[in-house]
Amino acid sequence: MQLVTAIIKPFKLDDVRDALAQAGVNGITVTEVKGYGRQKGHTELYRGAEYIVDFLPKIKVETAVSDELVERVVDAIVQAAATGKIGDGKVFVHKLEEVVRIRTGETGEEAI
Amino acid sequence: MMENQIFELQYAIDTFYFLVCGALVMWMAAGFSLLESGLVRSKNTVEILTKNIALYAVACIMYLATGYALMYGGGWFLQGIEAFDLGTVLADSAENGFDGDSVYSPASDFFFQVVFVATAMSIVSGAVAERMKLWSFLVFAMVLTGFIYPLEGSWTWGGNDVFGMFNLGDLGFSDFAGSGIVHLAGASAALAGVLLLGARKGKYGKDGKSIAIPGANLPLATLGTFILWMGWFGFNGGSVLKLADAANAHSVAMVFLNTNAAAAAGLVGALLTARALFGKADLTMALNGALAGLVAITAEPSTPTALQASFFGLIAGIIVVFAIIGLDRLKIDDPVGAISVHGVIGLFGLLLVPVTNTGSSFSGQLIGAATIFGWVFVTSLVVWFVLKLTMGIRVSEEEEYEGLDIGECGIEAYPEFTSST
Repeated sequence: MQLVTAIIKPFKLDDVRDALAQAGVNGITVTEVKGYGRQKGHTELYRGAEYIVDFLPKIKVETAVSDELVERVVDAIVQAAATGKIGDGKVFVHKLEEVVRIRTGETGEEAI
Repeated sequence: MMENQIFELQYAIDTFYFLVCGALVMWMAAGFSLLESGLVRSKNTVEILTKNIALYAVACIMYLATGYALMYGGGWFLQGIEAFDLGTVLADSAENGFDGDSVYSPASDFFFQVVFVATAMSIVSGAVAERMKLWSFLVFAMVLTGFIYPLEGSWTWGGNDVFGMFNLGDLGFSDFAGSGIVHLAGASAALAGVLLLGARKGKYGKDGKSIAIPGANLPLATLGTFILWMGWFGFNGGSVLKLADAANAHSVAMVFLNTNAAAAAGLVGALLTARALFGKADLTMALNGALAGLVAITAEPSTPTALQASFFGLIAGIIVVFAIIGLDRLKIDDPVGAISVHGVIGLFGLLLVPVTNTGSSFSGQLIGAATIFGWVFVTSLVVWFVLKLTMGIRVSEEEEYEGLDIGECGIEAYPEFTSST
């Protein structure tokens, strides 16, 4: 099992959700987050004076998937979230030790 | 000697009356700004405010440069308006007589007219809110206020023939303060823009269902409506064009009375209709209802009785709720209901005129409405289309999501609040 964590542009959330549903993902967790990457935020002008926006708003999408599904899921996210411009985000894949469904006590892939 | 002094005093009073009413109508620009900023999401507040105050300035400049001359004749850039000759004033006053048409400063007439142009343009900004590019909108504002509106105004209040073909006044067209000339015209331009622009992202679901996008600040929207309601006394009251004799003073008072009565009844009509349809009191529909009552009475506020004015307003308040729902069904996305309030009810107001004013006819009203709509809609569609091909009229999907405040203006309205978009 793998945990896929994606940091995406907020306006792409709907597209990513649809793509994940298509790829066979049952559930996702979405968090509003802030951060920066290689560009280190950006600057805006207010009355001619510069102010720096250090942390840009992003959306974090997390989903647990089985090993055979992981490649499809990552591809789906990358395709749906890409605009080709700076700030499109990243996808992280981590090994998942255990999953438990709280209501029934099921564990492992059964619980995903 | 005494007679001349009375004429001078009459000139002073009527000029002053025009100026005060003009200032009231100018205040309506503030009302539109607040109403629109209240009915959009907070991420688009700065941009809608920038649009509103900039369009007011653009309208003033364009109407000064070309608009007034196209509508009423005279020189470009108001050349000659500064001249004052007491002899002419007294001669005109003597010719018209104490009870006749008013004689007033042409500068006050310009001021009173220019704020009407700005009102027509304000109607557009609400309908295209939350997705239109700021600069394309302002270019459109230049064309509408400097050319499209003034020509249409010249055929109505200006008394000129429509491209030399026919004369609306001779056909029995009458529009006292501009249900058609100002409100229907603004809504026609707005409709053309919305059709080319499309709905806001997320407004209609994949199955075509309409999804509510609630406004961010209903106190602002309510204050904006109160300000519009107050400004309307100048809009309609000033359109009597004269105060300084007993008959006209009474007429002004009746116009104030009827304008207020129609707005009150319109609000109640919409409030009750929304309660019947949706089960709860809907504030934004009630606000639209008050404005609908005002637009409906604007075409003829001087001849109805107080009871008739109330009834007209009530009907307008009921119609506007159905118009808003109907346009939404057609997927014409109008965030503030401007096309319903000013277009549908503007037409309704024109058609009410012959009920109480025997000097007008239904056929004249219909031809006038068709002329105004046809001219403004088609020319606007062409201008919007050219803008779409050149500058583009719609912001990017990403900018729309993040809000036009950052995308167009680089600042948020409430930078110290944490936001969830």
